[in-house]
Amino acid sequence: MANKQAIQVNVNGRLREAMVEPRLLLVHFIRSFAGLTGTHVGCDTTHCGACTVMLDGKTVKSCTLFAVQADGCELLTVEGLMQNGKLHPLQEGFKAEHGLQCGYCTPGMLISSYALLNKNPHPTEEEIRWGISGNLCRCTGYQNIVKAVQYAADKLDQGGKKDDLPNIA
Amino acid sequence: MIPPAFEYLRPKTIPEAIAFLQQYGDEAKILSGGQSLIPMMKFRLARPGYLIDINRISGLSYIKEEDGFLKIGGLTREAELENSPLIHAKYPILFDTARVIADPQVRNMATLAGNLAHGDPANDHPATMLALGAQVVAVGPEGERVLPIENFFVTLFTTELQHDEIVSEIRIPSPPPRSGGAYLKLERKVGDFATAGVAAQVTLDGEGTCQRVGIGLTNVGATPIKAGKAEEFLRGKKLDEANIAQAGQLAADDAQPSSDLRGPAEYKKGLVKELTRRALSRAYERIGK
Repeated sequence: MANKQAIQVNVNGRLREAMVEPRLLLVHFIRSFAGLTGTHVGCDTTHCGACTVMLDGKTVKSCTLFAVQADGCELLTVEGLMQNGKLHPLQEGFKAEHGLQCGYCTPGMLISSYALLNKNPHPTEEEIRWGISGNLCRCTGYQNIVKAVQYAADKLDQGGKKDDLPNIA
Repeated sequence: MIPPAFEYLRPKTIPEAIAFLQQYGDEAKILSGGQSLIPMMKFRLARPGYLIDINRISGLSYIKEEDGFLKIGGLTREAELENSPLIHAKYPILFDTARVIADPQVRNMATLAGNLAHGDPANDHPATMLALGAQVVAVGPEGERVLPIENFFVTLFTTELQHDEIVSEIRIPSPPPRSGGAYLKLERKVGDFATAGVAAQVTLDGEGTCQRVGIGLTNVGATPIKAGKAEEFLRGKKLDEANIAQAGQLAADDAQPSSDLRGPAEYKKGLVKELTRRALSRAYERIGK
């Protein structure tokens, strides 16, 4: 049997330590060890993007990474978007524009959109669709997700809300 | 899906990684981007006893021009290629290729070296590297070997790499003036493997005739295919419509697709013919730009 290994991962600003089997997938570490169940397991085969999180500032599919690979790294999950009890403009946008129906893909959609807006605060519709191309939604037809991201881009633009964003590299 | 248990090793240097490879032999696998290996482990198609994670080895991630080559480090991610101004400006064929691989999250992890070392004919970079005449630099216990891409792909999931070797760098000859290239892929949806893909890279002489031409095919055989007949036909000829169309036909003759969920073999041959025509036309348009 493989030996367990000690890992330390900063999840949404809080240090989590655990002894894990090397084969533990990152998504199971997040859900079962850190207790953060916002990150979903969808297809479990690197397609759907429901498990998307940010690892050291880059989006990854946490079903296709081992938890030991995140040792010493910073993670942002959907739970880290809300700051001081206030929804992130992206979360507001998904609510206001009906960017979700069943909601299963939403955590991954939010993280991919968050990464997109960090890199490109004024994306075109095409850039938004490209930015979320690794996330599948089987309810909305994507139209309202695009609108939700546009809503957030506008809001962040007007309000100078950048300060409210979690401080992740 | 839970992969089989394994021991996890995280070397800090290449020699350390090679020592692990020697120690554990066929039981060991290199973990680089992991975007092919981890899914295979979850399906239990791969069951390595030891995973050697090379992601913390420093100095292996770079894109630079040096000594007449574009040099890409063994840990350089697809996203880095996609976002590199140098690649965008001078190597559009590589930009074309990187941006159609899987999806943004996968490209943040996946590496060019892994895309080649995996030896999957459905991967996109092999065709492009065949078109560009690239070299793969492999480091092993005896030192460095430079492997020409033409001989790199042996058969399905098998390359020239020995079990105790690591890809440290990919070298692409800097294209001379009057060169252009393009990669075109038909996929059913974002993230799917190619139904077929074609990479074309051409260099013209002062008269406008083809001096150098490379054509590579994706996912139409047991290995990535170098469309030798089409290349030979075009050498010394003008890139006019008739010659480009004829090259497309010859590339289709070189393709050996099989029928599967992505389409019947005949359809894929037709696709290679048309994609070759379009890739050559786009490569031609890009010359001098």
